[in-house]
Amino acid sequence: MKYDIILAGVGGQGVLSLASVIATAAAEAGFKVRQSEVHGMAQRGGAVMAHMRLSDGEIYSDLIGLGTADMVISMEPLESLRYLPWLSPEGILVTSTTPVKNIDNYPEETQVLEALKKLPSVCLVDDKALARDAGSARAGNMVIVGAASKSLPIDMTYLKKAVDKLFARKGDEVVQTNYKALDLGSQVS
Amino acid sequence: MSETVVLGDEAVALGALHGGVSSCYGYPGTPSTEIMEYLIENSQNGPLASWSSNEKTAMEEALGTSFAGKRAIVTMKHVGLNVAADAFMNGALLDIRGGLVIVVADDPGMHSSQNEQDTRYYADFARVPLLEPVNQQQAYEMTREGFDLSERMGVPVLLRLVTRLSHSRAAIQTQPPRAENALNKADNKQDWMLLPANARRRWSSLLGRQKDMIAYSEKSPVNSLELNESNRERAVITTGLGYNYFMENKGELTDQPSHLHIGVYPVPEEKIRTLAAHVKKLVILEEGYPYVERLIAGLLPRELKIIGKLDNIVPLQGELTPDNVRPALGLPERNAAVASSMTLPGRPPQLCAGCPHDDTYKVIKEVQEELEESTVTSDIGCYALGALPPLGVPETIICMGASITAAKGCAEAGLKNVMAVIGDSTFLHSGMTGLVDCVSSGSDVTIIIVDNETTAMTGGQTTILPSSRLEQVVKGIMGDGEHILTIPAHRKSHEENKEKLRKELAYSGVSVIIAVRECIETARKANKKRS
Repeated sequence: MKYDIILAGVGGQGVLSLASVIATAAAEAGFKVRQSEVHGMAQRGGAVMAHMRLSDGEIYSDLIGLGTADMVISMEPLESLRYLPWLSPEGILVTSTTPVKNIDNYPEETQVLEALKKLPSVCLVDDKALARDAGSARAGNMVIVGAASKSLPIDMTYLKKAVDKLFARKGDEVVQTNYKALDLGSQVS
Repeated sequence: MSETVVLGDEAVALGALHGGVSSCYGYPGTPSTEIMEYLIENSQNGPLASWSSNEKTAMEEALGTSFAGKRAIVTMKHVGLNVAADAFMNGALLDIRGGLVIVVADDPGMHSSQNEQDTRYYADFARVPLLEPVNQQQAYEMTREGFDLSERMGVPVLLRLVTRLSHSRAAIQTQPPRAENALNKADNKQDWMLLPANARRRWSSLLGRQKDMIAYSEKSPVNSLELNESNRERAVITTGLGYNYFMENKGELTDQPSHLHIGVYPVPEEKIRTLAAHVKKLVILEEGYPYVERLIAGLLPRELKIIGKLDNIVPLQGELTPDNVRPALGLPERNAAVASSMTLPGRPPQLCAGCPHDDTYKVIKEVQEELEESTVTSDIGCYALGALPPLGVPETIICMGASITAAKGCAEAGLKNVMAVIGDSTFLHSGMTGLVDCVSSGSDVTIIIVDNETTAMTGGQTTILPSSRLEQVVKGIMGDGEHILTIPAHRKSHEENKEKLRKELAYSGVSVIIAVRECIETARKANKKRS
């Protein structure tokens, strides 16, 4: 059993904390986990991408091969398109529909959505609205994790445990908000 | 033993802590920064861990610790070793007492660097051993082993990381910690004084110990040779992460090749000869330069075919990947199966919204527009992002500290209105000496120190001296005078700042403008901590 995920977004969006919830849950569920990160210059407002590999056997490479990822998870719609070359034909793309327009030549939003809708397997998430429903505009990344959870080989109880572990020191209110964000995300079809 | 999930960098830090390290020195640089960050955070009651002004001072401090008989670690990125090279090359001649491990993180692919240099050449250059881990577990073990090896051979030991390992997380098993060495100053001071007569003797001794280093490398279980008797056609040599990408693809090979992995240097020559005698073709997968490939080309019989970077079957540039090693292994290329129906604009990194450097660059840009001719040199740090759109101000970015000295050269060659932009941390790292040169020759340059009170690019480490001392440092070099100005790097002072810059550009001689405002990231973090 092997599950490869490409994580994408824009520097500063919290892609790494999204990654750590999934990685923590996966480890708790008994998987071996390797996760590469982006640090330094590339983090500042630029495109960021990380590889995460889950397996019940040995994982050698930190990097995922082209056309072999089971899932691409993105916090930004344009960035999700950038990493399609890694997605396997059977793989699924889970992406936020909230654009980050910090470049002059950002394409028309409708154009981006059209391109996304053409994909064989895609889950579009209005994380912004759902995060607000959950009680915090900042819980968008947990909404995305929730939406991904339907396809991930990790049970929701482990994802909630991971939220507990990573957010407990911020207080029960934050934990509850993130639980709710996960649940709302998991209901996205 | 306990299992813990760590970054490659953190695995090295843990290896040092468990390996009985007493002093840890370094200068922040991606991808090496997290080693020292972890050490600083986790050594409250243990070893000393602190940032240094630059990589050379860090290296020299560590040599001092080793002289005292205690174990030391120095951390830096690959280009940092160039800064430390003088101390490093000479350190190889000393009679190392307390184990000295020099960790250098290379950046193939230049994720966050000016070049791709391969630290293995430095190990060869200085004639010292180098250890190269393939994963977090080896990073932990090799750091511990590095101290022992250093003490046994009496030389500094290099540990080479690459970005992909430094910044990747996986679980490791740790071993019980070892105690620190007792204070035990070198008894024979002749072996620590590189006067020519001593240095010649020490050089001879170092050359004499090469055979011990090779013997160690031949015996090391890391350098593992697996011969497949039934395949005499082709064999594979891997180094560093090349091992991982080979293993990733190995299952798809129908003819399992013999395989030698090299993780301990100098290279195990006997094992290479044995492997070469076994086959007609050698595939070489190494992360970085074609170091092993070039080295062994001379060792082997001419009829043996070598497939690697020198014939461009493995790319010479950038990181290895599970995909780009496939042609060398004779496997079909893997392609993107799902394509996007639109062309995507790039999204380069940029200065954060509200960054003080942005305000300073806007001042420079508007003043430049009034001038017939001007030149702006920049340095290595966040403010280098001012070179990208929409600002596009700096014209040179070379290496740490080079903005000031390059500006001096520009001005002395005859360019007018020359400005150098440099950060506070970079100024203290290697800009100060450039200022001394400018003052000494009375160069016509305007130096703008963008002081955001932190080392921002690498994540906000404390600057080696508090910012409040910067003006005093500059005054110490220039003498008191009206051409040292401190200005607020803020929109509110935009017009006054422009006027001050115009005035300093008009002055024929050295001016230093210190533009001060705290990095918005560190300010935000500090606020968060307080609330």
